[in-house]
Amino acid sequence: MKYTEDDLKEELKTKQYEYGFYSDFESETFAKGLNEDVVRAISKKKNEPEWMTNWRLEAYRGWTKMKEPEWANVKYQKPNFQEIAYYSAPKKNPKLNSIDEVDPDMLATFEKLGISLAEQKRLANVAVDIVMDSVSVATTFKKTLAEKGIIFMPISEAIQEYPELIKKYMGSVVPTTDNFYAALNSAVFSDGSFCYIPKGVKCPMELSTYFRINEGGTGQFERTLVIADKGSYVSYLEGCTAPQRDENQLHAAVVELIALDDAEIKYSTVQNWFPGDANGKGGVFNFVTKRGLCETNAKISWTQVETGSAITWKYPSCILKGNNSVGEFYSIAVTNHFQQADTGTKMIHLGKNTKSTIISKGISAGKSQNSYRGLVQINSRAENARNFSQCDSLLMGNECGAHTFPYIEVKNNTAQIEHEATTSKIGEDQLFYCNQRGINNEKAIALIVNGFSKEVLNKLPMEFAVEAQKLLEISLEGSVG
Amino acid sequence: MILKINNLHSTVDGKTILKGLNIEVKAGEVHAIMGPNGSGKSTLANIIAGKEDYEVTQGTIELNGENISELSPEERAHAGVFLSFQYPVEIPGVSVTNFIKTSINENRKARGLEDMPAKDMLQKIREKSELLEIDRKFLSRSLNEGFSGGEKKRNEIFQMAMLEPKLAILDETDSGLDIDALRIVANGVNKLKSKDNAVIVITHYQRLLDYIVPDFVHVLYDGKIVKSGVASLALEIEAKGYDWIKQELENLV
Repeated sequence: MKYTEDDLKEELKTKQYEYGFYSDFESETFAKGLNEDVVRAISKKKNEPEWMTNWRLEAYRGWTKMKEPEWANVKYQKPNFQEIAYYSAPKKNPKLNSIDEVDPDMLATFEKLGISLAEQKRLANVAVDIVMDSVSVATTFKKTLAEKGIIFMPISEAIQEYPELIKKYMGSVVPTTDNFYAALNSAVFSDGSFCYIPKGVKCPMELSTYFRINEGGTGQFERTLVIADKGSYVSYLEGCTAPQRDENQLHAAVVELIALDDAEIKYSTVQNWFPGDANGKGGVFNFVTKRGLCETNAKISWTQVETGSAITWKYPSCILKGNNSVGEFYSIAVTNHFQQADTGTKMIHLGKNTKSTIISKGISAGKSQNSYRGLVQINSRAENARNFSQCDSLLMGNECGAHTFPYIEVKNNTAQIEHEATTSKIGEDQLFYCNQRGINNEKAIALIVNGFSKEVLNKLPMEFAVEAQKLLEISLEGSVG
Repeated sequence: MILKINNLHSTVDGKTILKGLNIEVKAGEVHAIMGPNGSGKSTLANIIAGKEDYEVTQGTIELNGENISELSPEERAHAGVFLSFQYPVEIPGVSVTNFIKTSINENRKARGLEDMPAKDMLQKIREKSELLEIDRKFLSRSLNEGFSGGEKKRNEIFQMAMLEPKLAILDETDSGLDIDALRIVANGVNKLKSKDNAVIVITHYQRLLDYIVPDFVHVLYDGKIVKSGVASLALEIEAKGYDWIKQELENLV
C-alpha cells in the first residue's frame, strides 16, 4: 500500500508520543526543593525501572556530599538548590494563532538569521498548518534512520526500550560522582536525546535535535547519550541559532559520547540561551559537562559556538583511551555586555599515538569576561602522543577581559605538545580602513569577527555555519559605538 | 572640479597641523604633494578621507561641488574618495577577495544597487589583478597578513582599480617598493587615470613621479601649500632639497 501525504498527516495527529510529547504530565509541577523523595518521585513520574531509580538516588547521595566548584573565573550569586522545582512538566509556551502575534523583536532576529517562515513559526510556537515542510521532512528522516538501524529518541524512552544500552553506557564517561553539576543532573535529569549508530553504519544525515519536536521542555537538566558502535559515523547537531528564552535560570546538562573502535562522532553545538539584558540582569547559568570516550582508532570532534547564557561553564572533553585515537575541540565563545564564559576542553591521552587538536577563539565585548581553560594530559603509557593547541582572543573596547588558563601535564617524554596563544583587539585603524572602503562599523566588525573565527566556522556543517556566522554578528551588535 | 579645499585648518590632539590649506583638483588631473617630514601630508590625506581623530576647525572640503566635511568616512568612500594607505592594516582570516567583494557591494548598496553578480565580480577581479600582475593565489590570502611592503601597496592599487574612485589619494605609495613593484604600481595607476577622475600623489621623492607624471606639483610646508608648479618642480626639489623653499619663505616674511 502506498504511503500518502494523508497517511502522514493522520500519523502525526495520532502518534504524537513518538515524537516525544508528554501530554500525560502537562499540568504538574513539584514543590520546590530536593531530597530523596523528590528524586524517587521524578523517577516514578517517568515510570522508570528500579535500577534507574537507584542510579538516580546514588547520584543524589553523592551530590549531597559535594561542593559547588569555585575555581572557574566567573562571579555569580550561587543558586539556592532548595528553591528550585525539580520536576515540572515540559513548559508550554502559549500557542499563537498567526505569525503576527509573535514579538516583533524576535521576528527581526529570525529575519537576520535567515530562518525560513515555517521554521520561524515552529520556533515561536505558532500553530502550524498541517501541511508543513518540516513535518514531512521529519517523517522521511525517521524512516531513513530506521532502515539503517539507527536509534534516535528521547532518553526517557530509551530507558524503557533499550535498558541494556543505557545500563552499560550511561554514566560510563561522566560518572555520577564526576562533579557537582553532573551529579545533580544524574539525580534529577528531565529528558534528553539518545542515539545509537550500529556497527559500520554511516549515518546518512546530520542528526539534529531540531527533528525532535518536544525539544522545548527538556532544557534544564538535559541528558544526552550518543553511542557510535564500531566503524560507524555520526554527525550530531545540538541547539539552535535562534534565541532561546527560558524561565529556568540554572541549566546543568550532561552529554556523553562513546566512540567504539574505528568510529567517529562529530558533535556540533550552537548555544544561544538568553544572556541577560544589556545591564547584566537575568540570563541563564549554563553549567554543562560534556565528555567523549574514544576507543582504538576512534575520533571525536567537538565544535561549539557559544554566544548565549549569562554564565557559561563548559569543557567538552575527550578521553583518548584507545591507541591512535583522535580528539578535536573547535570553539568560538562570544561574550558581550555582562556575560561571563569559562570554557575550554580536556584532552586526556591514555593510548599510544593519540592525537588532539584544540582551536579556541574567544571574542569579548562590552563588560564581559571570557576565559579559556584547557587541560592537556599525557599519561605515562601514551607513547608518541601529540597535541596542538591554539587559543586566540579578540577584544572589543576597553572594559572587557580575555583570559587563558592552559594546563599541560606530561608524564611521557615522547609527547609532542604545541601551544600558541594570541590576543588582539579590533583597532580603530582596522575600522577606519574598512570605513574608507565604504564599509560601516557594524559590517566591519562582522567581517573582522568572522575572519577571526573562520577556522572554527569551517568545521561546522554548512547550513549551520551560515547561521552561526550571522549569529556572531547579531551577538556583537552595538558593541562598538 | 573634483576636489576643492578652501582655507582648511585642522587639529589633532589639540595640535594644529593644517593652517589654511587651499587646493583645487580638476577631473583628469594628477597632482603631486611633496614636503618635508611633519609638514602635514598624511594629515591632509586622512582629513579628506574623514578620519575621526582629525578635527577640522575652519575651511571646507568639496567633492564634485558638495561639501563633504561633515560626512562619515564610509559616506565619503561612497561619494568616490579612495585612500591608498601608507600602512595598510591586517585583517586576519578575511581574504583579499572577500574584502573587496564586501567593499564593492557596500558601495553599491549605498547607491541603491543590488550586489554585484558573482560572475561579474570574478570577471572584474580577474581583469584588475592581471592589470597589476597579481597572482591568483594572492587573492585568497588574508588581507595584508604577512604581505611584503610591495604586496601591500599593490593590493591597495588593486582595490582602487576595483572601486574606480572619483578621487584617489596615494599616500606614500612608493615607500617600501622596489623598482619593479614601483613600475607595476605606477603602470596600474596610469591605466586607471581618465578624464573623469583625479589622482593626488603624496610622496617624499621624485622617484614615483618619473612613472606617474603629475600635471601639478605642490609643496606642503608647515600646514600650508607654499609653492606650486609643474612636474619640473619635483625635479628641482629632488636636486636641491627643501631648504631653498624655506629660505624663500623666510625672505618673504
